[in-house]
Amino acid sequence: MYKYIWLVPLLPLIGAAINGFLGRRFRFSEKLIGGIAVGSVALSFLISVAAIYSYGFGGHPHWPQPYITSQDGFSFDWIPGGAVSVNQGIHDATTGSPRFALLNIEWSYQLDPLSAIFMLIVTGVGLCIFVFATGYMHGEAGFYRFFAYMGLFMFAMLVLVMGSNFLMLFVGWEGVGLCSYLLIGYYFDRQEAANASRKAFITNRIGDFGFALAIFGVIATFGSAQYTDVFNQAKDYPIELLGQWGILSWIALGLFIGACGKSAQLPLHVWLPDAMAGPTPVSALIHAATMVTAGLYMVTRTNVIFQHSQTMLLVVALVGAATAIFAATIGITQNDIKKVLAYSTVSQLGFMFMACGVGAFVIGIFHVMTHAFFKALMFLGAGSVIHGMHHEQDMRRMGGLKKYMPYTYWTFMAGWLAICGIIPFSGFWSKDEILWQAVSTTQIPLGWLVWLVGTIAATCTAFYMTRLMAMTFWGKERFLEAHKDDGGHGHDGHGGHEHGAHTPHESPPSMWAPLAVLALLAIIGGLVGIGPAFKSITGSEHSGGRMNIVNWLNPVIWNPATREFNVPESGEHGVPAVAEAAHAAPVAESGHGEGVSVYGDVGFNLAHSVEGVVHSHLLTEWIFIIISLVVAGIGMLLGGLFYVWRRGLADIWAQRLGPLYAASYNKYWVDEFYGWAITRRTMDAARAVYSFDSKLVDGIVNGLAWLSRLFSRIVGGIDKYFVDGLVNTIAAFIMRLMSPLFRAAQTGFTQNYALVMVLGLMLAVAVFFAKDIVSAFR
Amino acid sequence: MLNFFNPALMLLLQEVESGGRFAQMKHAAANPDLSKFLVIGALLFIIGVAGVLTRRNIIVIFMSIELILNAANLNFIAFSRYLHETGSVNALAGQIFAVFVIVVAAAEAAIGLGIVIALYRNKETIWVDEIDLLKW
Repeated sequence: MYKYIWLVPLLPLIGAAINGFLGRRFRFSEKLIGGIAVGSVALSFLISVAAIYSYGFGGHPHWPQPYITSQDGFSFDWIPGGAVSVNQGIHDATTGSPRFALLNIEWSYQLDPLSAIFMLIVTGVGLCIFVFATGYMHGEAGFYRFFAYMGLFMFAMLVLVMGSNFLMLFVGWEGVGLCSYLLIGYYFDRQEAANASRKAFITNRIGDFGFALAIFGVIATFGSAQYTDVFNQAKDYPIELLGQWGILSWIALGLFIGACGKSAQLPLHVWLPDAMAGPTPVSALIHAATMVTAGLYMVTRTNVIFQHSQTMLLVVALVGAATAIFAATIGITQNDIKKVLAYSTVSQLGFMFMACGVGAFVIGIFHVMTHAFFKALMFLGAGSVIHGMHHEQDMRRMGGLKKYMPYTYWTFMAGWLAICGIIPFSGFWSKDEILWQAVSTTQIPLGWLVWLVGTIAATCTAFYMTRLMAMTFWGKERFLEAHKDDGGHGHDGHGGHEHGAHTPHESPPSMWAPLAVLALLAIIGGLVGIGPAFKSITGSEHSGGRMNIVNWLNPVIWNPATREFNVPESGEHGVPAVAEAAHAAPVAESGHGEGVSVYGDVGFNLAHSVEGVVHSHLLTEWIFIIISLVVAGIGMLLGGLFYVWRRGLADIWAQRLGPLYAASYNKYWVDEFYGWAITRRTMDAARAVYSFDSKLVDGIVNGLAWLSRLFSRIVGGIDKYFVDGLVNTIAAFIMRLMSPLFRAAQTGFTQNYALVMVLGLMLAVAVFFAKDIVSAFR
Repeated sequence: MLNFFNPALMLLLQEVESGGRFAQMKHAAANPDLSKFLVIGALLFIIGVAGVLTRRNIIVIFMSIELILNAANLNFIAFSRYLHETGSVNALAGQIFAVFVIVVAAAEAAIGLGIVIALYRNKETIWVDEIDLLKW
C-alpha cells in the first residue's frame, strides 16, 4: 500500500483544482464544494493510514528500514542537475582537491517514521478541520475559494513532510507560505487582513533566505540534496563543540533561521498573532496544527546536522525557551480569544524547540502531535464560540457560554486540561517529558535554565488558559449588556441566522462533531508516549512497542555516542538498552558525571545534582513530574482565583504591576520596535534611493533624451531640406527630360503593340539562331 | 499494236518496276519532304502575321490568327510524320498537340467573337484603329 503514497498529496490538489477552477464558473453548491474538499482529504487520510499500517505493522513491515521511497510507484527526475563541484566536503580536506558529484534531484515521496507521523497529523487533523470549515464558512461568498486554498495548502504541506530531499522540502515550505498568505488575506477587503497577510509573507521571506542558504550549503558540502545521501555523509563529520563554527554549524544556523520564520520563533514571531485575521479554521489548520510545525519537522529531519553542532543546539534551546516565556506572558493579558490562542501557539512552539535543542527531538515531535490535537481543538472551539457569538472575538463580551454551547464547552474543557498539563491528558505527557529532558540533558550546558524558564512558561500557560476558560465559558453573561452598547456589532455576513436578539447558539453538528473527535484525541492522544517514569505501571521504559512514539521515531534520530542512527527496537517489548538510546544521551544512564559525553563537560546539571542527593533515578524523574504538575495546578488555581472567585483581583494586580502589565498588553512593543528600527529605516532608505533616482538618474536620462531630440531635429532638417530637395530636383529633371519619349511609345493602337511583339519575336529568333543564320549566309 | 508499242511499253514497265524518274516523282508526291511542309507552314505564318499587323477589321485579324494557329498545326503534323518515319516512339505527340490547338482555337474564337460583339455594342465599330483607349 505504501506504493500509493503519491496519491496522498495529489488528491487534495485535484480537489483544490476542481474547486478553484470550476467552482465559481459552474456555481457549485456549498455541499458539492465541501464534499469535494472533505472527500479528497478523507481519501488522503485513508490512504495514509493504510500505507503507514502496511509500512509499519502489516504482514511484512518495512518499518525498521528507515527509508522507503515511492520509487516503485511514482517518482521522476525532477532536476537533472549534472556535475557539481563539492568544495566544502570532508573529502576536500583529506585530498586537497575539489570533488565532483552528480547532483540529480528526484521528485519522490518518502515514507519513514517521521513523515508517517506528520502525514497522519496533517491529513487526520486536517480532515477534522475541513469538516468543521464546511459549517463555519457556511454562507461565505468565497466558499469555493476558501476550499481551493485549503486543498492547495494540504498538497503543499504533504509535499513538505513527504518529500525525500531538501528541494521538495523547500517547495512545500514555500507552498505552505503562499497558502498561508492567501488564507490570512482571505477577507482581502479588510485592511488588517491584507496587512497581516503581507506581514506574514515578508517575515517568512527572511526565514526562507536563511533556509535557502542552508540548502546551498548542503549541496555544496555533500553534493546531494537527498536526505539519505546527506545524512549518511554528515554522520562521519566531527562534532563541533560549543563555539566551533564548522560548516555543519553554519548549515544548522541557516536551517534554524528558516525554522524561526515558519514556526514563529522569537525574532520572527510577529506574523503569527496577526495571522489570526484569517478565518478561524485557517488559524486552526495552518497557524496551530500543521504549517507552523514545519520548522520542527525540518529540525528533526536534519537532527544529524543539528546534533553535530553543540552551539546550534544551545541556540535552539535558548530561543525556544525565550519564545515560550515571552509569548506566554503576552498571552496573559490579551482580550481577543484568538490572540490568546495565537500567543499560546507561539509559546508551545517554543516548548517544542526547547525539546529539540536539548537533543530530545522525538519528544519535540511528540509535543507537535499532542499540540496539534489540543490546539486545533481549542482553535475550532474558539471558532465555534465566534460563530455562536455572531463574529464576536472579544472575551470581555463573552462569559457564561457554558449554558448555551454545551458541546463546545465540554470539548474545550478537554483541550484546556491537556494544555495545562494535567496528568492523563495528552499535553501532560509531552510537556512533562520536554521539561525532564531539558533538566537532564547532557548535550548542552544551561539545561537547568531552560527547564526553569520552561516551568515558569508552563505556569503562565495554565494561568492564561484558565483565564480564557473563565472569561469565555464561566461567570456572568456579559454579551447582552455589551451588545446594548453597540448593538449589531459583528453582524456582517450573518444575516441568514434567525436567532433572537444576540443570544449565543450552539453550532451545527458539522462543527461540533470534529470538536468531539479532537477532544477524544486530546484526552487519549498522549498515551502513545508515556514516559519511562511510569515503568512500574506500564511494564517497560517505552511501553507499547512500535505504537510508542519514542520507539517509532527512533530510527530517524542520530545517536552521537554510537555515531549511527538509532537501532530500531526489534521485539514487541522494548529492549531497555536500545530504548534508552532514544534519549540521545546514553551517558546519562551510565551515571551522573562519570562518563565523558561526546559533547564534553556541560557544567551544572540540575537533574544529576538532585539524583546525587536522592540516589534514585526514578525518584528524580518523579520529583520533576510532581513539580510540573504542581506548577500547572498553581497556574490554574491562580487563574481561578483571579477570574472566578475574586474577580477584582485581576484589575488590582494589573494596576500594581502597571509597567509589566503594559509591556505584556502591548506585546513588549516588538511591533513598534520593528516598525521604528526596520520599517521606518527601510522607508527612509527607499526615499533616499528614490530621490537619487528621480534627481540624478532621471536627470541624466532626461538630459540625454533632450540631447538626442536636438540632434534628431538637426538631422531631420538636413534630411528634409537638403537631401529631399536634391532628390526631388533630380527626379523632376529626369521626368521632364524623359517623359515625351516614353509617352510616345504608348500609342493605343493594338497593331502597334502587335508589331512590337513580332519584331521582338524576330529579334529573339535572330539572336537564338544567330550561329545558324551566319553559317547559312557564309 | 502490242508489238508496235512494245518498246515504249516495256520501257514504261521497266521504269515502273525499277524505280525510275517517274516512279521517284510519284513516290515523292506520295511522301513529300519535311522541308516543304515547313516552308508552307512558314508562308502561312507570315501571311497570318501580316494580316494581323495590317488589317483594320477585327474579324479579318481573327481569321489571320487562325492562319497562324494552323501554320503551327501544319508544323506539328509534319514533324509527327517525320518522327514516325524515323521510328521515334513519340510520333503521335504532334497530332495530339494539333488537336489541342484546334480545341484552343475554337475556344479562343468563341471568346474573341464574344468580345467583338461586346465591343461593337459599346463602340459601334470593329475597326481596330478606332479603338485606342489603351494609350496614355
